[in-house]
Amino acid sequence: MNEGAFLGELEQAVGTDHLVTHPHAKRTYESDGLLQYAVTPRAVVLPDSAEQVQRVVRLCHENEIPWVARGAGSGLSGGAVPHEEGVLVVLSRMRRILEVDLDNQRVVVEPGVTNLAVSQAVGPTHFYPPDPSSQIVCSIGGNVAENSGGAHCFKYGFTTNYVTGLDVVLPDGSLVTLGGKELDMPGYDLLGAFIGSEGTLGVATRITLRVVPKPESVRTLVAFFDSLEEAGEVVSEIVAAGIVAGAMEIMDKLSIEAAEGAVHAGYPTDAGAALVIELDGFEHECETGFREVQEICERGGATSVRVAGDEAERELIWKTRKAAFAAMGRLSPNYYVQDSVVPRTRLSHVLHRIGELSEEHGLRVANVFHAGDGNLHPLVLFDASVEGEAERAEELAGLIVKACVDEGGSITGEHGVGIDKKRYMPAQFSEPDLAAFQKLRCAFDPGGLANPGKLMPTPRLCGEIPGVYRQHPLEAAGLAERM
Amino acid sequence: VSYQALAERLRDSTSPVRVVGGRTKISWGGARADSFEEISTSGLDQILEHNEGDLTAVLQAGVPLAKAQETFAQANQMLALDPPDLGGATIGGVVAAGDSGPLRHRYGAARDLVLGVTVALPDGTVARAGGKVIKNVAGYDLAKLFAGSFGTLGAIVELAVRLHPMRPTASAEGHGADPDTVAHAAHALAHSQLEAQALDIAWRGGRGGVLVRFAGVEAEPQAQAARQALEQAGLAASVMEDDDAAWEAQRAAQRGDLVVRVSAVQTQLADVLRMTEELEGGMVGRAALGICWVSLPVEAGAAGVERLRRELAPSACVVLDAPDEVRAALDPWHVPDGSPALELMRRTKARFDPNGVCSPGVFVGGI
Repeated sequence: MNEGAFLGELEQAVGTDHLVTHPHAKRTYESDGLLQYAVTPRAVVLPDSAEQVQRVVRLCHENEIPWVARGAGSGLSGGAVPHEEGVLVVLSRMRRILEVDLDNQRVVVEPGVTNLAVSQAVGPTHFYPPDPSSQIVCSIGGNVAENSGGAHCFKYGFTTNYVTGLDVVLPDGSLVTLGGKELDMPGYDLLGAFIGSEGTLGVATRITLRVVPKPESVRTLVAFFDSLEEAGEVVSEIVAAGIVAGAMEIMDKLSIEAAEGAVHAGYPTDAGAALVIELDGFEHECETGFREVQEICERGGATSVRVAGDEAERELIWKTRKAAFAAMGRLSPNYYVQDSVVPRTRLSHVLHRIGELSEEHGLRVANVFHAGDGNLHPLVLFDASVEGEAERAEELAGLIVKACVDEGGSITGEHGVGIDKKRYMPAQFSEPDLAAFQKLRCAFDPGGLANPGKLMPTPRLCGEIPGVYRQHPLEAAGLAERM
Repeated sequence: VSYQALAERLRDSTSPVRVVGGRTKISWGGARADSFEEISTSGLDQILEHNEGDLTAVLQAGVPLAKAQETFAQANQMLALDPPDLGGATIGGVVAAGDSGPLRHRYGAARDLVLGVTVALPDGTVARAGGKVIKNVAGYDLAKLFAGSFGTLGAIVELAVRLHPMRPTASAEGHGADPDTVAHAAHALAHSQLEAQALDIAWRGGRGGVLVRFAGVEAEPQAQAARQALEQAGLAASVMEDDDAAWEAQRAAQRGDLVVRVSAVQTQLADVLRMTEELEGGMVGRAALGICWVSLPVEAGAAGVERLRRELAPSACVVLDAPDEVRAALDPWHVPDGSPALELMRRTKARFDPNGVCSPGVFVGGI
């Protein structure tokens, strides 16, 4: 099929108004939340229904054209960066809440619905726990693709613990239903395998979520310490005491400085660390635990402790925490954000190592992190206009990731691998591990057309099983070889 | 046995192989065990790591779950996975069979507690997925794929799991003879702001009840509040002094001569209770999750199972324990042939085990 005919078919599938081919208009979609990657796709479509998604994907399948699904485009791993030969399938028009079934604690939504809209739809009695910092804009479809977390996942878990059913358009254009409102459906947990697959196995068009009763009581404080080590030690003591906090977040000196400049919460900018702790649950349990947490903070050397007296003060604490990323622009023109994880007990050690690496490279590293689950977000600050600094920053970022993996950690806790971290995959996974991943990929997408070039460190092809050898188009073009 | 040697045995085998742990669930699924060559995981019995400060552990697949729990309990910790244990159930077997118990209410199933998995694959390789940290999205989540796969994709040889602190507990119970009242009471607790660790429902011999457990320093006041809620819902309720036996009974009732696991939703609970009564059986269930284990009298046979399936349609009713003749008379998995999901499962099986060496015929659709 020639280009004109292909675009014509796409137009028929989604309607004239929802096919974007003009170069300027397409540029709107060239990046996701990670702006250093930008690719203009062949075409952009904005389907309105699962049927339209199926038609688009089937067209791509028939013409061996790659495609990438995109939600709100707020991802931080380059997972929704378009393919230059491919079609970008934007799901922002599919934003209907299809069913609120509070009796069964389920909500059924389309993928473009925002994370926050789910909690709003089931409030005030219930809520949807996974809460990425971008929850005002990020879409549930994107959350499913990335298995998104958030500040409260230490207690409540991740997206994967709250999705019970999915309709998925597979890369051949067929539609499959995985799970439902019920749990323990017989068969492989393909639902669990799909969540966090970063758009490489298909695209979810209908999502069933579990929601839970809103906690009776929420108590929040922020404690300030002279050093990150002291704050980290307090986190360990809280965990050792058996207290299950809703959230435990640490900001370092640079992050406090940046966030304070943006939000003016009145935080002491000479503090070495700020530790945000939130407890929620049954009022008695919450109060008793909260008193214990305050005592542990004081024993642990807190220079001051601010307890949120009302909802406004609580919101200010969270606003300050969530502003830390965006506010980095105040300290540095450019930054790399990392998302590594270490076992909680190795936090101090790794933070110390990051400090050393930062000094060796002559670049500042700010740190904001989910301390409860050891998920670091080191921000390597640099100035791209200074020659060589971007390269130095990239090298430093890589060494930080390696330091975390060496401690038994992970290259990514919630942002996903995408384009940005695929080069680190071999640090965490061996060749047989990657080959096992590819088996799953081939079961869903033997043609390798769904979001190619993401997640896996190198292009791989699927053999036929069983059957006769056939040369893959990528192989013919010399772009990949059979492993 | 080394992991690699196990993988090579799978690769080199020309006849069907079944990897077994404690053999406590060996009859489950679609085929008889004696048609397989068995490989036991009993040599894989080491607890490799117990990272107390991180609340994680790394176990070999053949470690008996009870032995692991004893180790964790010394640090006042637990793996929040408490399926019924007929004696010697291994962590690998529990995960591969996707079995669970009352703690699932708060902590999720095996799939939610496993952080990482190491598997011996029929292509002769040993592969890992996930990790040993509690938050990790790198790579595909093969741990979930292998949890509940009944060994049909390869053998689980090692697992990294998340642990939880053990806290003081207190329980409340309520009972009554009207299925609707019992189901309504369970619904009230499932939607209350009380943070239960476990919330179960049960029925046998014309009466049923709700059992709820709380954990934490203030467990007792929560149990009191739950008792009030149960009374308000119309049940005779009390706070239990010693609750261990009651919970053990809930777990035990998941096993029997003829047991069907029903994947229902909360609003179907009353129907499940009524059907249990009509078929003169017993049931236990996770009230907020909708998963029920209905135990039928052996005389009910395949006809009883078919009736349950008809009345509770479209909920999946999977036969777990059953006499051979019942298993032979119906599809224990209750999966309609030709569904797109089943086709995708077959493709998954074909990629991991193209020669069909690993427990063929045991799983859904004859996989």
